[in-house]
Amino acid sequence: MSEEEWLRQDRLPHIFCAGCGNGTVINCTLSAVEQIGWKKQDTIFVSGIGCSSRAPGYISTDSLHTTHGRALAFATGIKLANPGLNVVVFTGDGDLAAIGGNHFIHACRRNIDITVVCMNNMIYGMTGGQGSPTTPLGGLSTTTPYGSKEPAFDLCGLASAAGANYVARWTSYHVRELTRSILTGLETPGFSFIESLVQCPTNYGRRNRFKQVTDQIEYFRSHTILVEKAVRMKEKGEEVPADMILSGEFVRRNRPALGVRP
Amino acid sequence: MTRTEFMQGNTACAEGALAAGCRFFGGYPITPSTEIAEHMALRLSKTGGVFIQMEDEIAGIAAVIGASWTGTKAMTATSGPGFSLMMENIGYAIMTETPCVIVNIQRGGPSTGQPTMSAQGDMLQCRFGSHGDYSVIALCPASVQEMFDLTVDAFNLAERFRVPVFLMADEIIGHMRERLIIPDSVVSEQRIPLEPGTLPFKAGEDLVPGFPTFGKGYGVHVTGLTHDERGYPCATSPKLHEDLVKRLVAKVEGARDSITSCDIINPEAETVFISYGAPSRTVQQVLHDHSGDGIGHLRLKMVWPFAESLLARFKNAQTFIVPEQNLGQISREIERHVDGEVISVPKLGGDLHTPDDLYKVLEDAR
Repeated sequence: MSEEEWLRQDRLPHIFCAGCGNGTVINCTLSAVEQIGWKKQDTIFVSGIGCSSRAPGYISTDSLHTTHGRALAFATGIKLANPGLNVVVFTGDGDLAAIGGNHFIHACRRNIDITVVCMNNMIYGMTGGQGSPTTPLGGLSTTTPYGSKEPAFDLCGLASAAGANYVARWTSYHVRELTRSILTGLETPGFSFIESLVQCPTNYGRRNRFKQVTDQIEYFRSHTILVEKAVRMKEKGEEVPADMILSGEFVRRNRPALGVRP
Repeated sequence: MTRTEFMQGNTACAEGALAAGCRFFGGYPITPSTEIAEHMALRLSKTGGVFIQMEDEIAGIAAVIGASWTGTKAMTATSGPGFSLMMENIGYAIMTETPCVIVNIQRGGPSTGQPTMSAQGDMLQCRFGSHGDYSVIALCPASVQEMFDLTVDAFNLAERFRVPVFLMADEIIGHMRERLIIPDSVVSEQRIPLEPGTLPFKAGEDLVPGFPTFGKGYGVHVTGLTHDERGYPCATSPKLHEDLVKRLVAKVEGARDSITSCDIINPEAETVFISYGAPSRTVQQVLHDHSGDGIGHLRLKMVWPFAESLLARFKNAQTFIVPEQNLGQISREIERHVDGEVISVPKLGGDLHTPDDLYKVLEDAR
């Protein structure tokens, strides 16, 4: 089967803006699902509300587009009621870290056997560009017109602390690495969390000095540092610049998991 | 084998759910409903089912809806504050036509109110609490036996109409202990599967589409957005939205006379009590104490959809007396449908009306 067969052709074209990074993440996810060899019939995509959450509507498996922030709770019900199904959740920074924060930490703690792919565009895109819990300190949005005064959430740090079995972060620039991490997430029993920073030219980029789509992707390339390298730098007493984004795998472990296929 | 037990209402509700084929419970502890979750935790794993205590009531109903899409009969149980939290996802269940059962053991509100005291203050919230237009099915048990029987009915109605069905009990019935006869088996309706080749949200004459269970190869997209018959989002077509919402309402309201459930005593009476839930017990005592008085009684086991045709069964009725553990939520619904006098007898705080309270209202009315 090809990746295209996972797409609901009769729903295209999609609603994502020109230059949006979400398509890259959907591609990487379908590529990973294809590589692991899952059957469409056994695979369920679940989402909440927001740009990211429109993704399951374009995938030809059974899919549940739920309420804002609650995708993980719906997914928990699906996976526990039928552990034979493979459950993947698409979410975004607002959906997961703001309104859905409580469900996020408890899904990690339960270590429920689902894979969560978070498209972090650092903004509320669907509603027109309001600040989110991952908008960087000083970042501009319609609700932070003078720059965000709140520090951003480290979603991978949160997932690691709360108990997920697999945690990784990449960006829409890191297509191969992201695909590999999603594949690892699909293979790992228990809760897998893969965050991908994505460019949002319409609502984030243009307000935050990324004039072109490629400017933000170039920023992702030049401002990410592998977590191993950051550790080595710290060991040598070197300072990791504050604006660098840690990327790579943060956690790979085997805590007891819930809802694993018997 | 049919067996007789002495059981608490909440436990009877859980037993009814199990008898009806419920194999998933997702919920969050809250007084005075917690015994239902506790009993399901004890029993579900022995019947091949799943019990999960979620992080809040929003997650509880979400997990129930998710489980239902795998073809599993699923329920949650809560009380006022948790019921308020569930409202958004209840609307989701209505929009996506997801069968499930939601039990509300009502306590005194608003807010934290009276956790251990009985009330019926959520009757309108049950009907209207989520945003948008819709209709619901709500059952109101008045005995431990009905906690069992009506829970079974709730599951069957949920499957038949593809809706969330509410068991709107109250603390008194939930915590009452009485004799319960558990039958050998109960009538258990099965979800009608979607016929292959049919659009997943295209309904036939009964207005209820077949169910495309997840994992069976249907490849169905389910969304809370306004959707077409394929299930695809289509949120800007006025006609499509109107047709969808009208169908969701009509599939319930169109069936109200055929599914309604009640007890009717003395249909020739001029003065008639109308009750549901715990206040019914006081009315029954009044009728027992004044059996020669020809007092009428309409006891609603199903409050929503409100079957106004039942009121016309009392042809001579001049006065309807409606005792409720709220400030008259259903008496106003009754006023909409009758020409005669409707006397609301509200009671807040958790105590039942006494038989004397109600008999005095009756005498004054005459």
